[in-house]
Amino acid sequence: MITGRIHSEESFGAVDGPGIRYVLFLAGCPLRCLYCHNADTWKMSSGKEMTVDEVMERVRSYIPFYDASGGGITVSGGEPLLQIDFLIELFKQCKKEGIHTCIDTSGAPFSRRPNFLEKMDELLQYTDLILLDLKHIDSEKHKYLTGQNNEHILDFARYLAEKQFPIWVRHVLVPTITDFDEYLHKLADFIKTLGNVQKIEVLPYHKLGAYKWEQLGVEYKLKDIEPPAQDRVENAERILNAALQA
Amino acid sequence: MAEDVFQKAWQGFKPGKWQEEVDVRDFILKNFTPYTGDESFLEGPTEATKKLWEQVMELSKKEREAGGVLDADTKVVSTITSHGPGYLDKDLEKIVGFQTDKPFKRALMPFGGIRMAKQALEAYGYELDPEVEHIFTHWRKTHNQGVFDVYTPEMRKARRAGVITGLPDAYGRGRIIGDYRRVPLYGVDYLIEQKERDKAYIGGRIMTDDVIRDREEHTEQIRALHELKEMAASYGYDISRPAMNAREAIQWLYFAYLAAIKEQNGAAMSLGRVSTFLDIYIERDLQNGTLTEKEAQELMDHFVMKLRLVKFMRTPEYNQLFSGDPTWVTEAIGGMALDGRPLVTKNSFRILHTLDNLGPAPEPNLTVLWSTKLPENFKKYCAKMSIKTSSIQYENDDIMRDIYGDDYGIACCVSAMRIGKQMQFFGARVNIAKALLYAINGGVDEVSKEQVGPAYQPITSEYLDYDEVMEKYDRMLEWLCELYVNTLNVIHYMHDKYCYERLEMALHDREVLRTMACGIAGLSVAVDSLSAIKYAKVKPIRDENGIAVDFEIEGDFPKYGNNDDRVDQIAVELVKEIMRKISKHKTYRNAIPTQSILTITSNVVYGKKTGATPDGRKAGVPFAPGANPMHGRDTHGALASLTSVAKLPYDYALDGISNTFSITPQALGRDDETKVSNLVAMLDGYFAKDAHHLNVNVLNRETLIDAMDHPEKYPQLTIRVSGYAVNFIKLTREQQIEVINRTFHESM
Repeated sequence: MITGRIHSEESFGAVDGPGIRYVLFLAGCPLRCLYCHNADTWKMSSGKEMTVDEVMERVRSYIPFYDASGGGITVSGGEPLLQIDFLIELFKQCKKEGIHTCIDTSGAPFSRRPNFLEKMDELLQYTDLILLDLKHIDSEKHKYLTGQNNEHILDFARYLAEKQFPIWVRHVLVPTITDFDEYLHKLADFIKTLGNVQKIEVLPYHKLGAYKWEQLGVEYKLKDIEPPAQDRVENAERILNAALQA
Repeated sequence: MAEDVFQKAWQGFKPGKWQEEVDVRDFILKNFTPYTGDESFLEGPTEATKKLWEQVMELSKKEREAGGVLDADTKVVSTITSHGPGYLDKDLEKIVGFQTDKPFKRALMPFGGIRMAKQALEAYGYELDPEVEHIFTHWRKTHNQGVFDVYTPEMRKARRAGVITGLPDAYGRGRIIGDYRRVPLYGVDYLIEQKERDKAYIGGRIMTDDVIRDREEHTEQIRALHELKEMAASYGYDISRPAMNAREAIQWLYFAYLAAIKEQNGAAMSLGRVSTFLDIYIERDLQNGTLTEKEAQELMDHFVMKLRLVKFMRTPEYNQLFSGDPTWVTEAIGGMALDGRPLVTKNSFRILHTLDNLGPAPEPNLTVLWSTKLPENFKKYCAKMSIKTSSIQYENDDIMRDIYGDDYGIACCVSAMRIGKQMQFFGARVNIAKALLYAINGGVDEVSKEQVGPAYQPITSEYLDYDEVMEKYDRMLEWLCELYVNTLNVIHYMHDKYCYERLEMALHDREVLRTMACGIAGLSVAVDSLSAIKYAKVKPIRDENGIAVDFEIEGDFPKYGNNDDRVDQIAVELVKEIMRKISKHKTYRNAIPTQSILTITSNVVYGKKTGATPDGRKAGVPFAPGANPMHGRDTHGALASLTSVAKLPYDYALDGISNTFSITPQALGRDDETKVSNLVAMLDGYFAKDAHHLNVNVLNRETLIDAMDHPEKYPQLTIRVSGYAVNFIKLTREQQIEVINRTFHESM
């Protein structure tokens, strides 16, 4: 039986997809975002091995809540696509039982290598929605922010667009890094080209996960940066949402 | 009484068997108008309402500044007719009546116990009239004295040690709901006639003690009804006849309730299920054009204002158990009729709307009987008001309706009972976490080192063995349950004898179903302790006498509140086993034994009196309230926590399973609409899993911390604690800290 490396779970997720979500956080992430609030999930070794059956038992016990809210399961992380084999098996089972499935991903593991695409296509068959975190539209800045360039991530967005696969775009608004009208407009322009974006969520940067960096003994570089003001959040929402009205 | 009075009072109502005999349910079902619309029809407060409420807020402030009590009667013993009329502002009040001749003046109620009455007065700087003290010490025996005349040494010891606590042996037992609706519907004279007739059928031939008691009680009930009329007359109302309109219906009903709280200082003096009943009168007046929506809301606002001003004189010790001056004026709202119609009316909205018009408040204890089939608009409105005020509790109508039908109410926090047909003998609770320590220590109390329980063999091994502990725990619980039921038998025998609820029982049928409401505290502590013993290694640290006073835990163990069956099933089995053990014993008046998992706020005092436990909880640390998982141990999110509690079997805890839940507004969703729909879905899902009760708090911990430091900024901050709501700033500091330490479900 295939197993996943599970970091933790949140049985009541109200901000990661539609309705009430059971959120499963998988361990391991290829990115090292400066604002990461789940830094404790970076290492694959931070997880505990669980079988699909074990996870399903927990997922199942919350069915009345999904039914009442139009919710389901969201797999987040870490980076869930690093454990794509596990995801396929888990979601296959969820769909068998009529449970709405959603992935919260940065898209970082994406590539057009045939064996990856084969798996990705299979996973999409069992997936209802992807929350795609576009962290920075400028590749250089993206690298500064996350440790990787963004070309393959934008390519993932295009790939999903080609498939007409529904996504929600999420964007963390960080003063001095992403909160510039120039970048927001560029991001909006990119989103405009996709056609499969159902919703855009601007997530104001916060420091609630900073303590985890300390616990890991890693310096938290954004410690002097404060969350964006409300008017900047609204500004970002206005700019990005314009991309949907086109 | 002349027939035409009834014709006039009942004009426009659909006839039915409710006209032939007392049957309020039949009246409601034949006449109520279900409402499935939204809240847009509601009206704001009138000028009179605003003015009166300002006056109340001013008096509340003065009361707070005076240390918690503004005025107290030290001489006049409270009875239904003891005091002349009292008003806030006679010209503005649409609904009148206070417990004494002034608002905020607390009544003297010595029948439950003169010592408690005296101590309560002294604690706030008042002196009990010496003559009254003499009378109730030397001439008129009280309930309290009766109980202590009979208590065995073993009962006294168990009570002192805190393995059985919170017993209603020094004050009114409460938890009895008179069917106050009968007074407006029929008028008092008709009710007296019916009682006279009932009495005539009691004891034709054989005068055994139960027949004698029954006849005496009926006579007292009839006497109380006469006094009720007299009291109403002092306010200028003739309630011998039925109410003619909405204003009278509310006033008549309130007089009936007022008579009950003038006579009894029961811990919980609940109201029942009145809003949909009253809607029938309001709807008739609206149709006739004799009342506007604005006026209807004003009537409800003024009625609720009165319910918020119910006050009793309590000792500081009592306040530690039941913190924040609660009175449990519980009103059950909504629910479904057996015929499938929702019992939601416009008045269900109006009573919740008082939270807007008068601002949030802990009383009346607004209790929504939740069914997944309730109208969506009503569900949303409830959720919206919960998010706004944290003043509402929810109980599962879908599981209670099967047992109690569709005309039950909630006494106190979670105790369902058919209105006018059923009552309970309130039994507080036993401390099952302490009982576990007794099992380990051979009945020796870990705090006092006294032999309180039976001197069974203690456990002497280096590590605790699960099977050995379970075997000894089983025997200790056997002892405890027997002692507990016997203790309650003494209490309720004496309460009936010396402090009988004449007026409340006058508003019941002749044949009343009685339950013996036993309860437990410390469930999550006991369960996590057993889990630690089973799944980790637990080593007792023993003092010089061999008493385990602390525990070392090696390894991790599953904790209750994480939807983990390994431990949740221990909880389920423990609840069942205690119910089985309680059921073995003979009860006073053949009451049916039940169980609650409810601590109210006594979880703090219980924790204080209990030594360190094998789950790693240190000595003196508060328990979790009710059926809640232990603070901070439910780490898998809100649904995991709710799901664990939902597994507890209601069939074995028919007196209620209380769960108090706090969530930050941000964790409920990103926007207001989503927050509402997610809370609705959370309630639907929780109750679909056959859970029983949920207190919903939607607030940030920071608000509470700020309120602790700056109480003057938060005069109306309300929070649900355990089956009731309190004004946060009225809690003791200890209680405030305990509330702040509870799990707040938040998301990042």
